[in-house]
Amino acid sequence: MGKPTGFIEFERLSEAYEPVEKRLKNFKEFVHTLSDEEAKVQGARCMDCGIPFCNNGCPVNNIIPDWNDLVYKGNWQQALDVLHSTNNFPDFTGRICPAPCEAACTLGINAAPVGIKSIEHFIIDKGWEMGWVVPQPPKSKTGKKVAVVGSGPAGLAAAQQLARVGHDVTVFEKSDRLGGLLAYGIPDFKMEKKVVDRRVAQMEAEGVTFRTKVIVGSKDLPAGINNDASEFVSPEQLTATFDAVILAAGAEVPRDLPVQGRELKGIYAALEFLIPQNKEVQQGKANPINVKGKHVIVIGGGDTGSDCVGTSNRHGAASVTQFELMPMPPEEENKALTWPYWPYKLRTSSSHDEGCTRDFAVATKGFVDDGKGNVKALKAVRLEWKDGKMSEVAGSEFELPCDNAFLAMGFTNPVGTLLDAFGVVKDNRGNASATTDGEGCYATNVAKVYAAGDVRRGQSLVVWAIREGRQAAREVDAFLMGSSTLPR
Amino acid sequence: MESAAPECRGMYDPANEHDACGVGFVAHVKGQKSHGIVEQGLLILKNLDHRGAVGADPLQGDGAGILIQIPDRLYREEMAKQGVELPPVGEYGVGMVFLPQEAASRHACVEEIERSVAAEGQVLLGWRDVPVNREMPMSPAVRLTEPVMRQVFVGRGSDVFVTDALERKLYIIRRRAANAIKSLKLKHGKEFYVPSFSARTINYKGLLLATQVGVYFLDLQDERATSALALVHQRFSTNTFPTWDLAHPFRYIAHNGEINTVRGNVNWFKAREQAISSPILGDDLKKVWPLHYPGQSDSASFDNALELLVMGGYSMAQAVMLMIPEAWEKHTLMDENRRAFYEYHAAMMEPWDGPAAVAFTDGRQIGATLDRNGLRPARYLVTDDDMVVMASESGVLPIPEKKIVKKWRLQPGKMFLIDMEQGRIIDDKELKDSLANAKPYREWVDKIRIRLDELPSPAEKIEAATASMLDRQQAFGYTQEDIKVILEPMIQNGEEATGSMGTDSALPVLSSKNKTLYNYFKQLFAQVTNPPIDPIREELVMSLVSFIGPKPNLLNTHDINPPIRLEVSQPVLSFDHMEKLRNIEKYTSNKFHSFELDICYPLAWGSNGIEARLASLAADAEDAVRSGANILIVSDRKVDAENVAIPALLATSAIHQHLVKKGLRTSAGLVVETGSARETHHFALLGGYGAEAVHPYLALETIEALAKGDAEKADKFVKNYIKAIGKGLCKIMSKMGISTYMSYTGAQIFEAIGLKKDFVERYFTGTPSNIEGIGVFEVAEEAIRLHQDAFSADPVLANMLDAGGEYAFRIRGEEHVWTPDSIAKLQHATRSNKYETYKEYARLINDQTKRHLTLRGLFEFRPQGEAIPLDEVEPAKEIVKRFATGAISLGAISTESHTTLAIAMNRIGGKSNTGEGGEDASRYAPVKGGTMLSDVIGKSRVARDLELKEGDSLRSAIKQVASGRFGVTTEYLVNSDQIQIKMAQGAKPGEGGQLPGHKVSEYIGFLRHSVPGVGLISPPPHHDIYSIEDLAQLIHDLKNANSRASISVKLVSEVGVGTVAAGVAKAKADHVVIAGFDGGTGASPQSSIKHAGTPWELGLSETQQTLVLNRLRSRIRVQVDGQMKTGRDVVVGALLGADEFGFATAPLVVEGCIMMRKCHLNTCPVGVATQDPELRKRFSGQPEHVVNYFFFVAEEVREIMAGLGIRKFDDLVGRADLLDTRPGIEHWKAKGLDFTKVFYQPPVPADVPRRHTEVQDHGLDKALDHTLIAQAMPALEKGQKVEIETRIINVNRTCGTMLSGEVAKRYGNAGLPDGTIHVKLTGTAGQAFGAFLARGVTLELTGEGNDYVGKGLSGGRIVIKPSPDFRGDTQQNIIVGNTVMYGATDGQAFFAGVGGERFAVRNSGASAVVEGVGDHGCEYMTGGTVVVLGMTGRNFAAGMSGGIAYVLDEDGSFASRCNLAQVALEKVLPAGRQAAGEPLHRGLADETQLKELIARHAEYTGSKTAAAILANWDAWREKFVKVFPHEYRRALTEMAAVTQKEAA
Repeated sequence: MGKPTGFIEFERLSEAYEPVEKRLKNFKEFVHTLSDEEAKVQGARCMDCGIPFCNNGCPVNNIIPDWNDLVYKGNWQQALDVLHSTNNFPDFTGRICPAPCEAACTLGINAAPVGIKSIEHFIIDKGWEMGWVVPQPPKSKTGKKVAVVGSGPAGLAAAQQLARVGHDVTVFEKSDRLGGLLAYGIPDFKMEKKVVDRRVAQMEAEGVTFRTKVIVGSKDLPAGINNDASEFVSPEQLTATFDAVILAAGAEVPRDLPVQGRELKGIYAALEFLIPQNKEVQQGKANPINVKGKHVIVIGGGDTGSDCVGTSNRHGAASVTQFELMPMPPEEENKALTWPYWPYKLRTSSSHDEGCTRDFAVATKGFVDDGKGNVKALKAVRLEWKDGKMSEVAGSEFELPCDNAFLAMGFTNPVGTLLDAFGVVKDNRGNASATTDGEGCYATNVAKVYAAGDVRRGQSLVVWAIREGRQAAREVDAFLMGSSTLPR
Repeated sequence: MESAAPECRGMYDPANEHDACGVGFVAHVKGQKSHGIVEQGLLILKNLDHRGAVGADPLQGDGAGILIQIPDRLYREEMAKQGVELPPVGEYGVGMVFLPQEAASRHACVEEIERSVAAEGQVLLGWRDVPVNREMPMSPAVRLTEPVMRQVFVGRGSDVFVTDALERKLYIIRRRAANAIKSLKLKHGKEFYVPSFSARTINYKGLLLATQVGVYFLDLQDERATSALALVHQRFSTNTFPTWDLAHPFRYIAHNGEINTVRGNVNWFKAREQAISSPILGDDLKKVWPLHYPGQSDSASFDNALELLVMGGYSMAQAVMLMIPEAWEKHTLMDENRRAFYEYHAAMMEPWDGPAAVAFTDGRQIGATLDRNGLRPARYLVTDDDMVVMASESGVLPIPEKKIVKKWRLQPGKMFLIDMEQGRIIDDKELKDSLANAKPYREWVDKIRIRLDELPSPAEKIEAATASMLDRQQAFGYTQEDIKVILEPMIQNGEEATGSMGTDSALPVLSSKNKTLYNYFKQLFAQVTNPPIDPIREELVMSLVSFIGPKPNLLNTHDINPPIRLEVSQPVLSFDHMEKLRNIEKYTSNKFHSFELDICYPLAWGSNGIEARLASLAADAEDAVRSGANILIVSDRKVDAENVAIPALLATSAIHQHLVKKGLRTSAGLVVETGSARETHHFALLGGYGAEAVHPYLALETIEALAKGDAEKADKFVKNYIKAIGKGLCKIMSKMGISTYMSYTGAQIFEAIGLKKDFVERYFTGTPSNIEGIGVFEVAEEAIRLHQDAFSADPVLANMLDAGGEYAFRIRGEEHVWTPDSIAKLQHATRSNKYETYKEYARLINDQTKRHLTLRGLFEFRPQGEAIPLDEVEPAKEIVKRFATGAISLGAISTESHTTLAIAMNRIGGKSNTGEGGEDASRYAPVKGGTMLSDVIGKSRVARDLELKEGDSLRSAIKQVASGRFGVTTEYLVNSDQIQIKMAQGAKPGEGGQLPGHKVSEYIGFLRHSVPGVGLISPPPHHDIYSIEDLAQLIHDLKNANSRASISVKLVSEVGVGTVAAGVAKAKADHVVIAGFDGGTGASPQSSIKHAGTPWELGLSETQQTLVLNRLRSRIRVQVDGQMKTGRDVVVGALLGADEFGFATAPLVVEGCIMMRKCHLNTCPVGVATQDPELRKRFSGQPEHVVNYFFFVAEEVREIMAGLGIRKFDDLVGRADLLDTRPGIEHWKAKGLDFTKVFYQPPVPADVPRRHTEVQDHGLDKALDHTLIAQAMPALEKGQKVEIETRIINVNRTCGTMLSGEVAKRYGNAGLPDGTIHVKLTGTAGQAFGAFLARGVTLELTGEGNDYVGKGLSGGRIVIKPSPDFRGDTQQNIIVGNTVMYGATDGQAFFAGVGGERFAVRNSGASAVVEGVGDHGCEYMTGGTVVVLGMTGRNFAAGMSGGIAYVLDEDGSFASRCNLAQVALEKVLPAGRQAAGEPLHRGLADETQLKELIARHAEYTGSKTAAAILANWDAWREKFVKVFPHEYRRALTEMAAVTQKEAA
């Protein structure tokens, strides 16, 4: 349990960042993993609760108290084992998870919560450093074949779980790189792509076959979605060849902003900016959008928006402004009524720290043409929120110079044509319809076709994707074998 | 006539009855017979009346009787009238016979007796009707069962010449007839009973009140009825189905106490039947069996066994010594030969253990003995005209003081014998020395005893297991928690792990996880009737010695070549031990042969294989024993991927019971070698079901692996582990009041939850199991599931153990009722006052259709009528008055959370409970609006302040009186609405607690009347409650102190709690709490949290049914608690019989508790359960939140009531017919449960109340104090000095207490100025003289006191001095009884004589001078001053952490009798020489205060001893030893340093 009095004795220590001026010069990760000694002290702050709310707060139900204790005691390898027992990819979550576990940490009720994410990050980095993360090929093969559509966190988690119990797994990816949004979406400064690559290598050694640039189901994609596919596989082909199919294709359709001037040049969906940026960093292909010296407005206050802010600043934008429809949340939540749940509060990301004006309760009314079909300014209006309803504040209209606007207002649903091609029934939000508990969970209405991750639940966190991938894998294994020893 | 005792009905089982009582005898040492002795015997009975009980009908007692010598003249003359001439005395025997009322059955019984007489070659002389008084008023229920009483006269046959031989023949006739009648299986045959059948004694007893015995039996009034002895007894049974035959005396004994080991003892006798032979009884022995019958009381069983030993040739004294040996094992002061005597006999029979004062007689000798721990009182006196009077208390016969030459008491383990043929008293030493020296026991023992520890290490090593350690661990159900929570603390600290906040995980039978069979059994524990023992502070009575192998022939009294025996000092065997056992032939020249029984079987056979496999194992065991094996090793060592192990507990019990049935069990030892045993509970179970020793090989392998190759460390770990298990076993044994492993072996002190009755009956015969559950195949299935998981390819289990989740919540672990979501919802709901959120919470708790957690989760409501509108249901503000918060002391929780609960409960009209830590008197008065918490109790004592509202009160309505008696003063008692006697606590029933010194802050020290920084111990038992009549006494004492308060007794649910509750009702409690086993706790051993006690659904329904059946329910209010969380819980509780409801954990959660389960570490991060001021600042609870919670619960109750169509809450109580088992339970284990018994409604007439409707009659009107109060009015009202004179006799109990209550009501704890009320008394005071005596009251008694003098003394002064007529030396004669000044907080006492056992236990501030004390003096003392001017008993100062004792040690032997674990012995230096800066007790030099106290003693009592000491002070001072607790010295030094610092 770490040290019984550790939480009283020791302060929370956040992972150190490279200074802003330094980190803005490149797209490298700028977070310093804790040192051995620091990790130990942070582990000691864990109270080993009789009810560890973190265990519940974490979507993959990481057994946090146990590995905190092991880190405190210096049993890193064992800590890694415990961590891996619930989470295939702590290297992803240790970097980019918003850490709902920390929101649920009991120490957080009246003090700074345990730095769970930083300890997770430490454990997995230590594991790679020491060579403890090795392939775990199955002892025997089942002869069953499973197709996984999509190589994002859900698909990778499902594939790894299934491969380890002996199934032949093939992962299909329409991009030229594996990892889904992990590879093309999340900027490198948040997570360098070698982190994904080494996992892919591990999985290949475990027997997973990866096929990139293959699009499954339908070639018909909405605008703004990256597609490197050179090969097409139909649902019929897939179901004929494989004993089971897991759809883990994500929820890629961005929410649009149908306002006046939307069609002007310089206005992009966020990923239209971020994916080429990834490609530039990783492959040297220059990003066609460069915002150096430009006035950038990011519309949408979430993580994707933040990524646009960080990327813009690295380009050297003249100004970066971020709009959010909702009013500014409180700095501190009302813990008495929210803990241990995810609180509604102002979140300031490392990208915000790098320079950005944030404006809340603002609605974009339209874009102003510079006369050449390019955007030159943005028209907006202030909002008033009352009982969950918004109204425009009369006379509050204003205009802001804008050379580039990035729409980061979230993703509405999966690519509908994929689901339609398979004949999968959709829920009212356009996601693949499947449950997560009880008999037949994760199964779609189509025989032997399962759905997991954002494709099923809509846009969400990487950690939720991993959870769904794992749980779906168990269902598929049970479907194929009659029963399953895979953990949920 | 109907059989009086009901059969098992519903949850009630007559097997659970307990009794305790008053006992006494009077005898003429020289054997002079007179009718006067009979009359005196009857008078003793009358004067012991208050020790008995009356049932629902005041004319119905539990039985009483008198045993005398045969009144020859009476019988001779009476029989002559029939024309029968009796032979000379000693040549005929008389049988007192109870016969059925039904004529034909009666005739059959008479015939069988006559047939037996003839068959045994004796002469039937005739029959006589016993004349009884049928006019005497008698309860109709008693009259209904009144037997026909006749005496049968038997003359000696031609081959019988001496009385002893005739006595044996009479014995055989009786056994033979009784067995014959039994085998007729007549309905009315059960009414046949022979109270005595002897040539020397006759027994007049029945279901009578003490005062009725002499009235009912006309013989006893007859002048011709003469005897030199009269042995009398008055019974107090816990329930009201007593029967005529269960009255005492029995044929040889009258017993006050309880035999805790009786089930094991009886089983072992059964096991012996085939194996023993008697050179004296010869073939007649066969006619004796079976020795015991079901339905016998423990005393009756004891009597049967004693009788057999005496008939088998032992002298009566030796037989008693064999059955109730002294605690010889750790008795370093015992004579070597006597030790050898006990050691030799130890292997022959396990002790009959429990609190016992046994008086016994065979008509020639009469004597008495006390159990090893001295848990029952027995006082005696000897007169100058050769009379001896012994009784449970003194003063039972009016004997002029000047005739008395000796007043003494029976001491623990000691015996006292009058041989009327020799005409003298034989004292303990002479008696035992002569027996001990009769044979060369020391030499025998040395030659025949082989200690397994001492055998040379074996060369052999068992071959390594084929399966990996991990796989095997998994196969036996190990989880990571077993390592982390269970094993780690044991190997590190040599102690069991501690946990807190109770348990809320799924019961094993409801769990979806695979559990080991061990988990289905719950440890039983003592409450009320048989006290638990403190295995740490009273270690000297505990023993873990075990003998492996055949037991010697019990009746071989002529043994000249005794068989060898194999001894282990404790029952946990190492690898070495096991190899020695495997090769035992080599070490014992082939005297011992071991045989291994492999309890694994091929997995391929599946669960169906188990039954036949068990049968063959039993048969194999039998064969092995018959062919010469005398050590059986039950082993699962061969478990591997293909072979699954039968649960070792099941295999062991099956084999043990089979051998018992075959009469072979005593021919071989049973050792279990199992991978499954790891926690203490497992060892206790294996021992309890027959194992003499256990080798936990896998636990040992695991422990060695934890040492990671460090051999030295591994060695230490194993040692620590074995030590921890040993300590844990002692604790488990002691919580049932059992002191030796020998008696524990096979004693089956468990109950099962969730096992099928027929399964239990077959393999665990006699173990209670009330709700059915899984059977043998499911048990096998569960073992197989574990096994399959272990050896499967499960990736989670590939490299590590299952996470567990039993002790701490884990998502993939065991289910818990408290989850992150249920806690969050509850907190959000109560903080925001949103009922909808509460409903979400309640749904999470109540809906157990998916997760099975609690028994009530499987219930559903079954409305009997139409639903009604909600607004017709009793309002919530009425319902909340039935709610109470749990007994959580300030100490367990912070000041802030304690006061918040109190404020909240006072706002809603419910009740909060102080817990056992006392209460700040400043909390008693209501406060003004706007007052801050810190204004009331002091700024320095509050870490988070709170603004109070007008009318708020911080006073806890319920004041708890627990065994520690912390801060229990008269003032505390008078400021209560309810006084709660905590007999047991759900989280650790049968155990005490400990508050370590570092938690005793200044404030807590103040509240508990102790020194800050000094650790505090709550003893496992209340030292003034060792039996039910003691409880009645304490209830009486408390009621005297505050007659307006209801007296509550808190019990914990276990099988038999219903009968205890009935006893509690008869003991005049107004209120009883039935607590579930799962309740919260500040700190408790994990094994107790998980494995002791049962869910309240069981205990409550048993209580309700038993009380209703006894017609006692109306007299007592019933509260239930234990993980009470929602309105649904409340309604289920009400339907099962509760009037009120206790909540502890849930209100704490409302206050911010988040189930850290770290209360014992003082690190509660939300300031609820910690004393750390920094952490207490984090406390965020508000009274409003708690108020919201209780209203939500009440609202939920109302909704359910509306659905059930019930308007008034009263109409819910006891309506178990509105409950049913939820249909469609699919769970593979849970579907076997059957709650029929739980929902059972006793078939009593509709007018018999099922809820609390009337009040108890406490008999306070008879109190002497009414006179005292009347005379003391000027003092009470105006503070004028008064002096009162009065006589007192032993029935005047609790003298001075009511008066003190009046003082405290008016003047608080400060009382009146010293000596304002001075009461001079003469005579023998009844029990609890001067209990809770307040300051300003002096009781000056000339005469003597009984037990509990000065109990809870609160500032008053007690002086007791012998009558000037009494000639005895004050240092040699007893003047006060046992447990004097227990829990005294202040005041003074001067006793010119010797006190009994446990003098000044838990004294926290009073001063006392006494001229000698018994065992365990000053135990657990935390403050005050005790001066002993004479001898002390053993174990002085055990657990003493504060205060000082000065002991006069004339012969320099005191150190050997003092428990030096916590104290230092120092000299008393002259005042001038006491070093400067030395910490001073009460700020005075030792000499100064010692001399001052002795001077006062001399002044008040006129003690010659004191005068002599003062006369030559300097010489005597040298002989005093100062007993100075280490902790106290440290605390004094620290405080001195602080004061100096402040001064500087």
